[in-house]
Amino acid sequence: MEVKIKLNGKTVVDDIPADMLLIDFVRAHGCKSVKRGCETSACGLCTVMLDDVPVLSCSTLAARADGRSVCTLEGLQAEASEFVGFIADQGAEQCGFCNPGFVMNTIALLRENPDPTDDEILAYLSGNLCRCSGYVGQLRGIRAFLDEKHGKEVERG
Amino acid sequence: MDRPEYRSVGKSVRKKDSMQLLLGKPVYTEDIVPDALVVKLLRSPHANAMVKTIDTSKAKKVPGVVDVYTWEDVPDQRFSNAGQTYPETSPYDRLIIDRHVRFVGDVVAIVAAENEKAAQTALSRIKVEYDVLEPVLDFRTAKDNPVLVHPEDNWHMLCDLGGDNTRNLVGTTSDAGGDIEAVLADCDVVLERTYHTKAYNQAMMETFRTFTQLDRYGRLHVISSTQIVYHVRRILSHALGIPKSRIRVEKPRIGGGFGAKQTAVCEVYPAFVTMKTGRPALCVFSRRESQTCGSPRHEMEIKIRLGANNDGRIRALGVTTLSNSGAYGEHGWATVGLTGHKSIPLYTGSLEAFKFDANVVYTNMQPSGAYRGFGATQGQFAVETAVNELAAKLGRDPVELREQNMVREGMSMPAYFGEVANACALDRCMQHCSDMFGWKEKFPVRDMGNGKVRAAGVAMSMQGSGISGIDVGSVTVKLNDDGGYMLLIAAADMGTGCDTILAQMVAEHMECPLEAVSVFGADTDASPYDSGSYASSTTYVTGMAVEKACAQLKERLCAIAAEVLGCDAAELSFEGGCVRHEATGRTVSLPEIAAKSQCNCRLAPEATAQHSSPVSPPPYMVGMVEIELDRETGVVEVLDYAAVVDCGIPINPALARIQVEGGIVQGIGHTLMEDVTRTPKGAIRESSLFTYRLPTRLDTGRINVEFEHSYEPTGPFGAKSIGEIVINTPGPALAQAIYRATGVWHRELPILPEHILLAKPEERES
Repeated sequence: MEVKIKLNGKTVVDDIPADMLLIDFVRAHGCKSVKRGCETSACGLCTVMLDDVPVLSCSTLAARADGRSVCTLEGLQAEASEFVGFIADQGAEQCGFCNPGFVMNTIALLRENPDPTDDEILAYLSGNLCRCSGYVGQLRGIRAFLDEKHGKEVERG
Repeated sequence: MDRPEYRSVGKSVRKKDSMQLLLGKPVYTEDIVPDALVVKLLRSPHANAMVKTIDTSKAKKVPGVVDVYTWEDVPDQRFSNAGQTYPETSPYDRLIIDRHVRFVGDVVAIVAAENEKAAQTALSRIKVEYDVLEPVLDFRTAKDNPVLVHPEDNWHMLCDLGGDNTRNLVGTTSDAGGDIEAVLADCDVVLERTYHTKAYNQAMMETFRTFTQLDRYGRLHVISSTQIVYHVRRILSHALGIPKSRIRVEKPRIGGGFGAKQTAVCEVYPAFVTMKTGRPALCVFSRRESQTCGSPRHEMEIKIRLGANNDGRIRALGVTTLSNSGAYGEHGWATVGLTGHKSIPLYTGSLEAFKFDANVVYTNMQPSGAYRGFGATQGQFAVETAVNELAAKLGRDPVELREQNMVREGMSMPAYFGEVANACALDRCMQHCSDMFGWKEKFPVRDMGNGKVRAAGVAMSMQGSGISGIDVGSVTVKLNDDGGYMLLIAAADMGTGCDTILAQMVAEHMECPLEAVSVFGADTDASPYDSGSYASSTTYVTGMAVEKACAQLKERLCAIAAEVLGCDAAELSFEGGCVRHEATGRTVSLPEIAAKSQCNCRLAPEATAQHSSPVSPPPYMVGMVEIELDRETGVVEVLDYAAVVDCGIPINPALARIQVEGGIVQGIGHTLMEDVTRTPKGAIRESSLFTYRLPTRLDTGRINVEFEHSYEPTGPFGAKSIGEIVINTPGPALAQAIYRATGVWHRELPILPEHILLAKPEERES
């Protein structure tokens, strides 16, 4: 079947099998940041934005994205760059395999709630597994980013 | 003690690959390889069976299928998949495909196809008739069982370690000091206890995967997610029967390993396909395959005999371990040794006698391998819980009891090969952790009045730093044209940050900014030999190779500068950015030295050095946990986890801290969530991340990590290791906290809510 998907701002027209998963579609179109971790919607690694809403691309048919917009980390480099350095400062990226899904969901969180509490951060990202970091370093990184950002805003105000 | 101020070492710098990883760049195996044949494996539904007939004709006719291989197509030459130094301590008990399948998931056929769909279809069209045999599914009855897991004649071991395939034995080991029976007979209290831990899965986020192709010279080029490039080269050579010099193995970034990728779990399959077809091949394990056909922790049953006097003096410790290696023997003998050698020495302070005996057995279950902690985790769960049980029996505070008995700096450790604890801050770790955690306030059990109760537990730990007398670390350091350096390694950064840590050491020795050091690794065609990244070896062993290589390189750079200046190299000294002629004050810059080395020069501006250590200095650690246990549901919530670690001098404190935090959360998972159970036919039930429940970020509680420094004289900048020790304390600390809250000692992990609720009152101890 033919689909027309706006992938990272660029319209892609492709003839795909009806049972193709969105993760395989975006990887086939060069978006290698999207990772498969579990195949059972349990790990969050394959998170992409479908019309700006985070979804698990391993359990979404590519056909579902027909006529809609899909965004992967490849398309959100600037937005991610605002905060990922703070996670690097903690060394909490570790092996990095879970990072794209975790970063995508963090972007979604910060769009929805620009000043989340620690509990809100943990709850929002609880579907993003990480086996390396033990999570607390990632929280410190996001907290350091928010503190600096809001500290700066206070200064400006 | 006064220590020099370092400019790179001891600094929490970012990992060199951090931005690549965090911004999702294509850096992993599956991201970087060209189109390749899809390699899929048909796996046995039986725990023990012979393939009577196998018909692949229909599978081969599926459009897109290139070929299907069975036991009839592979070399009849046994090898081991274990990533260990040659000669390996693991038995040569594998074929690429064996007619005799030995666990649910053992490989029956290899399919190579143009695409995923064709490969999947082909799998369903292979017709196999099995002669189903009785399996060995209880590791307690495996030894000398009439059913043999490896009855074949060509099973063999390279080392005599007690392995005997006619008795289902992978290996045996023992050690002793003093007369344990006499001391036990003289003790006021003797505890005899049995503990059981399961085959936990590493569950790294990137499953096993390997790409293979023939390179421009017709050599086999392997790109694999592995911790052990050189060992993989040897394993493939043995398995395929081709010379090592015809094989090149490299690793890109690795999506986690934790020891799983210290075994060549999937490399042989695509390599075999490429050798047969001449075409690129890619094998990616599904999560299910990683969970059920991987290389998890060894299930163990450990019997403890602990003798003490009423005054708290721990006088005798006996550890008897039975380890379940599963269907193949990878790392079996090596792992079990740590259950005694890394647990008994913790009580060196007072022990008069010890005894350690271990058997490793074959069963028809998923083969086990290396997992962070490597036997120490299991041994310390048993010993540390027994000590906590002793504290309860004697009515002693378990912190004070440990302080009375623990190993201290300067002591010789008879149960640790007689090594001396040259750098040991375990006593300070205990004190520091008690203060930080608030042990005095949190140890008393507190009923919260809402059906919930709060309680605390403690455990201590040790590990090693590399494998003494075996592990080899090598590096090449070379001067680049612009005055920067290139560091070539075969140690494998699997996310831990060893590339960065080793670069920090180069920067320190060569007195240059960290940015001036580029790292390349790991590739058997370009990196000098290294055992690989396992056994907590990289910082300690490979770090010393960095020290040696940098010392040699400085001399070499002076020798090249001497040609520039027309003087004797002995008149020159290395000063970071340049080489200086002492007498005249003239200097030669590094770019000038590099330029000279490329024009009419016979001296290469590089040095390669290798290191191996006769000792394996233990890091030490104390962990304390506070839980809130719901008496209605049995749910345990971790509130606070405090840990203080002595890893010598941390080279990168931020990365060291993350190691601790990550290890603790894995340990919490093993203790409270992750379970491995089997169907009566021997299939693993927890085959997905739905059923094998990893901790999420809501399950960690508050984790506070601090360090107590010691200075290890044989390590780089005083460093010891940290990668493995961090996983060991949660098991015993949580088991104690749960006992404090419920009055029941759970001696089997994991401790799930249902276990807590179903524990019978008669199991309670007076």
